[in-house]
Amino acid sequence: MIEVKHLTKKYGNHTAVRDLSFNIDEGKIYGLLGPNGAGKSTTMNIITGCLAATSGQVLVNGHDIFEEPLEAKACIGYLPELPPLYEDMTPKEYLVFVAEAKRVPYEKSFRQIRDIMRLTGLTDVGNRLIRNLSKGYRQRVGIAQAMIGDPDIIILDEPTVGLDPKQIIEIRELIKSLGKIKTVVISSHILAEISEICDHVLIISEGRLVADESLGSLEETAIRENGLVVKLYSSSDEVRKVLSRVSCAKIEEIGEENGIVTVRLTSADCDSESEDLRRNVAGALAEARLPVMEIRYPTLESIFLELTQKQNDGEEEEEYEGTDKSAFQKVFGKKKSGSEEYTPIFDDYKPLFSSSDDADEEDAEEGKDDKEDDTRDSARKNGGDGE
Amino acid sequence: MTAVFRREFKSYFINMIGYIFLGALFLSCGILTTAECLISASAMFENVLGFESILLVLFIPILTMRSMSDDRRARTDQLLYSMPLNMTSIVLGKYFAMTAVFGIGCLGIAVIPLLLSSFGTVSFGTVYATLFGFFLLGCALIAICMFLSSLTESQVIAAVLGIGISAALYAMSLLVSIIPTDAMVSFIAFLVVAALLALIVYLLSKSPLLALGTAALGVIPTCVFYIIDAEKFEGLFPKVVDYLAIFDRFYNFVYGVFDLTAVVYFISAVVFFVFLSVQSFDHRRWA
Repeated sequence: MIEVKHLTKKYGNHTAVRDLSFNIDEGKIYGLLGPNGAGKSTTMNIITGCLAATSGQVLVNGHDIFEEPLEAKACIGYLPELPPLYEDMTPKEYLVFVAEAKRVPYEKSFRQIRDIMRLTGLTDVGNRLIRNLSKGYRQRVGIAQAMIGDPDIIILDEPTVGLDPKQIIEIRELIKSLGKIKTVVISSHILAEISEICDHVLIISEGRLVADESLGSLEETAIRENGLVVKLYSSSDEVRKVLSRVSCAKIEEIGEENGIVTVRLTSADCDSESEDLRRNVAGALAEARLPVMEIRYPTLESIFLELTQKQNDGEEEEEYEGTDKSAFQKVFGKKKSGSEEYTPIFDDYKPLFSSSDDADEEDAEEGKDDKEDDTRDSARKNGGDGE
Repeated sequence: MTAVFRREFKSYFINMIGYIFLGALFLSCGILTTAECLISASAMFENVLGFESILLVLFIPILTMRSMSDDRRARTDQLLYSMPLNMTSIVLGKYFAMTAVFGIGCLGIAVIPLLLSSFGTVSFGTVYATLFGFFLLGCALIAICMFLSSLTESQVIAAVLGIGISAALYAMSLLVSIIPTDAMVSFIAFLVVAALLALIVYLLSKSPLLALGTAALGVIPTCVFYIIDAEKFEGLFPKVVDYLAIFDRFYNFVYGVFDLTAVVYFISAVVFFVFLSVQSFDHRRWA
């Protein structure tokens, strides 16, 4: 349906998207995932013809978006990051305008608009000015706009931003039901959303595609590579002893802190692929009467962080060397990697806090010190990560 | 195109700008008619339009200021880009919406000579030919100001630019009489214009290569021609400036001449600036 070939977009010296290639097939819900500034919106803007690529090609149903824009654009409904609404119109007028511009036949457009308004829950606000609508309703008008003209592909850039939890669930349901009849591409930096809605995930980091897999296979790969994480009250020696008896568990990393042992296991030398590592491990630990605190597979979040982190750290990140301390950090340091980005922001805020109110200055100073300590801690952790 | 046209046309009457524009046009026309025709007991309505044309310098930019710039501010341009619409038809839809508003104004003004005819002899031929010229002048100014609006995100900047450029065009004929006619001055003036063009190209495209190319394209032929035959440059710059004096073309109508070359002149100005607006609108995607 959509073929993206070697897409590159440069803004001056900054490269937003580099050499991106992927295909979007019919009848699936695709999730474009990536941290802020990864190039999600840029990619979507290029696919929909709102932005020109520096190099590369986008084919929509075989039509090049720049060579045959009318044919290509007729297949796409697009909701940009900020809903493109004319504030001086009512949702009804706006949708009539969009239908007319997309050349929906007049008789058909009337019914279509009514149906779409009902589907997106706009019927009650249909005659109010868009200017006076709340953000959630504006977002819905934007989604309704994308659905007008019955396009084969619907592209939604962060469709649930700014909605309340109830609306988010409604919009997700809407997208899921759309996915049954159409190809949907949504972008998000919310992992829960992607894992709930999408069939297929495209992860972008710093303009590069780092994963292009179905949700299931992404999780499987992660399980295969990262394995099972178990936390329990014990000592590392004892855990080693117990786990060595489990048929196909291989200890990858083990760490101990305050009497809590954390082990990462992968299944190695298994007789059958389908054998559930969790059952064997839990059984063995129960037999040894070791109280298990937690047993889990890596979440999608950790996969995402790992994939995007790899990209950020570049190739120089050294391989894990096997000491207990760094093992611990390899497994759990990942989650903290976000704090690396926060620290400079807090530093920037410092003068604001202290100058805003003299009475609060001391408190602010204290807070700052705490933050600095945190910073140092996390810096140490992150530093230790690579070493 | 019709969809964009209808939306834009309606928006002028939702946003008050259409009413303000028409109100100002009718009010000023009424005051001028009173001063020019009623008080001095003359039925020469074409003179009223002659004066009114000066006020277009102020009115047209107010009509056009939000035409392209507001789309950019409100991000509605993304909607226009993503819909299966031709870039040209989008810009034309916007352009025709503005000319339609202005056309309504001209139709309103067309009633005044009919009223005057009950007090004296109105030369309907001259008056309506002048009104036609007035409409064409307005259309050309709308095209120019729409292009200016497409260059910026801010309505205010668009309006100020529009008023400035329109006023400069109005003053063009005055300028012509001031500029010395000797060859050296013409030569330098052409070089300055080439440099200014290059600067504008640079600001629009942010590409130094393109700007240098434009400058070279202006400077090199000028220098070559000046070296070959300096005498030809005598009075050349005022002549070129005179071509840009679009208000002067309109005064031919006021003096009772139905100038076909002026009609062609106005229409080509419209086509040229609509083309530039389309380019500017399309080019934004390459930002």
